[in-house]
Amino acid sequence: MELDGLKQRLLTMASHAETAVNDAVRALVERDYDLALRVKEDDDVLDRFEVEIDDMVIHLLAKAPLAGDLRLVMAAMKISQNLERVGDEAAKIARRARDLSQEPPVKLQIDLQRMAALALGMLREALDSFVHRHPSAARAVIPKDKEVNALNKQISAQLADHMRENPDAIKRCLHLLVVCKSLERIADHAKNVAEEVVYLCEALDIRHAGKP
Amino acid sequence: MPEPLIQKIAVGSAAAAAAGSAGPLIEIENLSLHYGASRALKNIGLTMKEKLVTAFIGPSGCGKSTLLRCLNRMNDLIDGVRIEGEVKIGGCDIYGSDVDVIELRKRVGMVFQKSNPFPKSIYDNVAYGLRLQGVKRKSELDSIVEKSLRQAALWEEVKDRLHTSGLGLSGGQQQRLCIARAIAIQPEIILMDEPASALDPIATARIEELILELKKDFTIVIVTHNMQQAARVSDYTAFFYMGELIEFDRTASIFTNPRQKRTEDYVTGRFG
Repeated sequence: MELDGLKQRLLTMASHAETAVNDAVRALVERDYDLALRVKEDDDVLDRFEVEIDDMVIHLLAKAPLAGDLRLVMAAMKISQNLERVGDEAAKIARRARDLSQEPPVKLQIDLQRMAALALGMLREALDSFVHRHPSAARAVIPKDKEVNALNKQISAQLADHMRENPDAIKRCLHLLVVCKSLERIADHAKNVAEEVVYLCEALDIRHAGKP
Repeated sequence: MPEPLIQKIAVGSAAAAAAGSAGPLIEIENLSLHYGASRALKNIGLTMKEKLVTAFIGPSGCGKSTLLRCLNRMNDLIDGVRIEGEVKIGGCDIYGSDVDVIELRKRVGMVFQKSNPFPKSIYDNVAYGLRLQGVKRKSELDSIVEKSLRQAALWEEVKDRLHTSGLGLSGGQQQRLCIARAIAIQPEIILMDEPASALDPIATARIEELILELKKDFTIVIVTHNMQQAARVSDYTAFFYMGELIEFDRTASIFTNPRQKRTEDYVTGRFG
């Protein structure tokens, strides 16, 4: 029963994290000052979830769970840490969205919305794979991180060029650079969640696989 | 005249040791045991390596203690027991017609759930088996008694009162005395049937530390109801259910990622 309680809290935390990122990106795209403020203020909700889940994990570990239960407890702790960081990144995006909404839009075509959609999609799919205990769906998330990284690099280069040519846009472009970095970090955290789901389902640690 | 079992086991163990790795010491093949009409063990097949700790786990009545007693033929003492299959130690079938059971039990010692020191002094408890084997010289007895008590992590606590009664020791100390008594005659295998279940947590921890030390010199097979204990002290774990061996693997695998659902259900407490 306590394990079910842990799962439920983690799922609720996941839902909050997904909403936070969704709202932060919407606030940026729609230049919605009030929405950006709400996302920023709600960041402490995820912080409290992390503390609560860590507490539940400690109590469960004291009862020496084994096998699948042990893997669930370990995965829950790590997933909650990643979701808390996702919340931090959403708050960063919201702060930049708040500031950008008070400035004229940058006159530059960048694929920020596509990058946001990819990162959000990764997060959603990783969390779905946890809910449904679907290791193959989790594995499918992992290679998408490369696409997000490539977009980050591309958009950063475009912004750098734009700043060189338009010094009056530097402040706004720097905000957008921070947003790109945060989206890239959200994709990293989604990948981490997916790796934990594989461990939970298959007892296989696939972290850092494929690194030279 | 058939080669004595002790020599066969010694040769088998030496060969395994010479191979430079933990070789098979105990091989159980297709073993079934009947108590009268009731079949308590069903076609058990298992290989246990030397100088490692193997734990037998499973719910009450699953046959783990029965199997443990097969390894030193203690089940022979029970009326109506019938055995099929083979148990080989060091390559020799211990149920062969030429096997001297008394000699077997010198090579395969046993420690029980309820400690059972003799109503003798601490010294005489440990020296008893040695004297039966014909060791008479006091200096030799003194040396082996001290070594055995040190190996059992009891020497420092009893060195100044060796000639007091073993029954005056605490429960945990009595159990360590029984271990010292068993190892004094230098067995190759030590069987432990829930050795710590009657002890408090601190005494239990001492026994577990002792098991980890003893496995440097002895092959240990332990029956335990305490899964965390099995996870702490054993290298391999065998899970039994209703007389059958369900799963046998490295302890780390059994307790983090068992292959069989029944094993998963048992170690997570869903039954048993």
